[in-house]
Amino acid sequence: MALYLLRRLVQAALILLGVSVITFALLYLLPADPVRQIAGRSATVQTVENIRRQLGLDQPFLVQYGRYLLNLLQGDLGRSYLQRSEVAELIVARLPATLLLMAAGILCELVIGIAMGLWAAVRRGTPTDRALMVSSFVGVSAPQFVVGLLLLYVFGVRLGWLPISGYGTAAHLVLPALTLGLLGAGWYARMVRSSMIDVLRQDYIRTARAKGLKGSTVLFRHALPNAILPIVAMIGIDIGIFMSGVVVVESVFGWPGIGQLAWQAIQRVDIPIIMGVTLVSALAIVLGNLLADLIAPFIDPRIKLR
Amino acid sequence: MNQFLRTTVAGAALALGLGLGLPAFAQDAPKAGGAITITYKDDVATLDPAIGYDWQNWSMIKSLFDALMDYEPGTTNLKPDLAESYEISPDGKVFTFKLRDGVKFHNGRAMTAEDVKYTLDRVTNPETQSPGAGFFGSIAGYEDMASGKVKSLSGVTVPDPKTVRIELSRPDATFLHVMALNFAHIVPKEEVEKYGADFGKHPVGTGAFKLAEWTLGQRLVFEKNADYWNKGVPFLDQITFEIGQEPIVALLRLQKGEVDIPGDGIPPAKFQEVMKDPEQKARVVEGGQLHTGYITMNVKMAPFDDVKVRQAVNMAINKDRIVQIINGRAVPANQPLPPSMPGYVKNLEGYKYDPEAAKKLLAEAGHADGFETELFVMNTDPQPRIAQAIQQDLAAIGIKASIRSLAQANVIEAGGMENGAAMIWSGGMGWIADFPDPSNFYGPILGCAGAVQGGWNWSWYCNEALDKRAAEADAIVDPAKAEERFAAWGAIYSDIMKDAPWVPVFNEQRFTMKSARMVGADNLFVDPVHIPINYDFVSVNDVQ
Repeated sequence: MALYLLRRLVQAALILLGVSVITFALLYLLPADPVRQIAGRSATVQTVENIRRQLGLDQPFLVQYGRYLLNLLQGDLGRSYLQRSEVAELIVARLPATLLLMAAGILCELVIGIAMGLWAAVRRGTPTDRALMVSSFVGVSAPQFVVGLLLLYVFGVRLGWLPISGYGTAAHLVLPALTLGLLGAGWYARMVRSSMIDVLRQDYIRTARAKGLKGSTVLFRHALPNAILPIVAMIGIDIGIFMSGVVVVESVFGWPGIGQLAWQAIQRVDIPIIMGVTLVSALAIVLGNLLADLIAPFIDPRIKLR
Repeated sequence: MNQFLRTTVAGAALALGLGLGLPAFAQDAPKAGGAITITYKDDVATLDPAIGYDWQNWSMIKSLFDALMDYEPGTTNLKPDLAESYEISPDGKVFTFKLRDGVKFHNGRAMTAEDVKYTLDRVTNPETQSPGAGFFGSIAGYEDMASGKVKSLSGVTVPDPKTVRIELSRPDATFLHVMALNFAHIVPKEEVEKYGADFGKHPVGTGAFKLAEWTLGQRLVFEKNADYWNKGVPFLDQITFEIGQEPIVALLRLQKGEVDIPGDGIPPAKFQEVMKDPEQKARVVEGGQLHTGYITMNVKMAPFDDVKVRQAVNMAINKDRIVQIINGRAVPANQPLPPSMPGYVKNLEGYKYDPEAAKKLLAEAGHADGFETELFVMNTDPQPRIAQAIQQDLAAIGIKASIRSLAQANVIEAGGMENGAAMIWSGGMGWIADFPDPSNFYGPILGCAGAVQGGWNWSWYCNEALDKRAAEADAIVDPAKAEERFAAWGAIYSDIMKDAPWVPVFNEQRFTMKSARMVGADNLFVDPVHIPINYDFVSVNDVQ
């Protein structure tokens, strides 16, 4: 177990290193000059060159990357070019909002996904089943910004039930979490349905029914716990999908998380912020996967860590 | 019919309001107190006056800090601010400022002449990385500072705690404007040293407001500075800036009464809807802007090295149509300076829209069959649509322009390379003056100094005779001769248009929307220097 953990952590570090090299190189190759963005339009050529030198952007790629890595190893993500604040501080300030949104998003997708899957499995082959599967398909394929704007328009603008945008109360959380959760809910609905159908064919379910237990007891106490086993592992993988989703969803709903921070930074070529958010997201994905793998054997003893 | 009646009646009421209501409005003494909410989409960058340089933090910094000079609210008229008075030596090279009594920083310490010297030394020190350092290039000793040789400007001296003497290396008629720039706003040394690079998050100035709260990514709260030297100002007790709100959402919240000013303005998609509704339109204030949108033609790239080709393009562009594309939020231009800038030539004929004459001129230049070229444009709406209009106008005289629609930074990059871009539509990157003086439209964008690798003179136009005349005009420092100087500048821009390196297309207008409870003279809401509004002088009418 300890050896397994060590191996996985080394792998994680290598993945993060790879992500940092690729992102840094891509940003370096960008045809836009970040110094021009910092210096603004009235800066003299002398000022521009001075800023370039101070930030070390006149150095060759390897020197620049080496410096970045060295600082990174000391936990220093650098300072934003435009805001001039510590990138770590900017990310830490916004991380709680993103984590809250992700937690709520996961809750949404689980509740909706499992409910849909369960219902479809019980009504297998009926029009209800087919309608549920079609809507799950729509949920999976619809672009999130479209879903977000649609929900915003219907519930925020037309009906006025929920705030249009912002942060602070539970009501603010509903629409962004729903938008984020609907995508995954489609996947879960399909998975729960097929795994439920499998389980419902098992002998012990027939036994339970034969004992004269109520239908709902059989469904929720005997079948469901076994049917949702495989999807627990999925939640870890979800974190990766969610990380890309939050950029869109946070921008649509004005949610003050790191996705919005990244979006602004991309528009202004604020390289240290782009690097910082990318690395933090990569870290979250790697840890999420690791956690899912570690939890799996506790839920399903048939899985062994090697 | 009903619609017609309503609009007409409302229009008449509006005209009455403009004619009679507003002057009476202005006579009411503004009430002190109350709080307002302003929204923005993007994070506020730094509030360090030496560094902040976008239109969002520009007026925030102006309310937190003060400079020796300022402008009368809502106008472009210079007046002493932290300076009580100033003297200019007859040769125009020595400026002596007498400081006002009773000015305190937000930390309670009295401001002295040493703070002025510290501020100027700091902003010109290369380590500060100030984008505005170059504005102070006329102060004696600037070159030694910029090259890192010394740590203090030799031209700035402090004869006594209430006096600052600034010696220039050349006469500079714009120097009083420079001393009103944000980059010259006075900072206290002890606070800058305490916070270091984080001073921009912990701003301490002498301004009408002080920073009470900054929750990253969510909100900033400004609180009235009760010790402000200018008694009675500001009127508001508090301003809350809410961050991360799309302009369209801000507008909806304004309609619900939750927001007082949408800081990013009226979203283009909603502009006509707002202006058609009399109730909403009444709360929109329109004003001029020191802005010009233009097409550059690279005079170093054939065939734009031929003045006739450039003139032909000037005659080919239908500017009225382009103004329609942006819902009439601009006025057509015929010269680099905007109409509200001193030096603007009112009776300049310019190049009239005349495709036939343009074709003839093009034929004279040996391009009867036209030619192919590229038009660079920033890729956010409405710029590509404007570029298409330009493309059609050019096609009408035989010029086949392919549109290169790129991210802003990439267009700027291409423009700054000698053979990078034949034509650029400047939309979204057009020039907005740093200060209201005609010289500000020359140096970086039309003078030889800007026609360098990485410069902003995208037409690469460099006329040394004009450069000399520009320097001569800026040597006329005597305020009594200001009109003579403005006339000299007007002539320079008229002569530039004979060479036609640009097609000046339009001057954007500003439209600020406000809540019904906000009051104050209209020009405070379209202040040429404080964008979007002059926070220090506006007030609300629902306080007791």
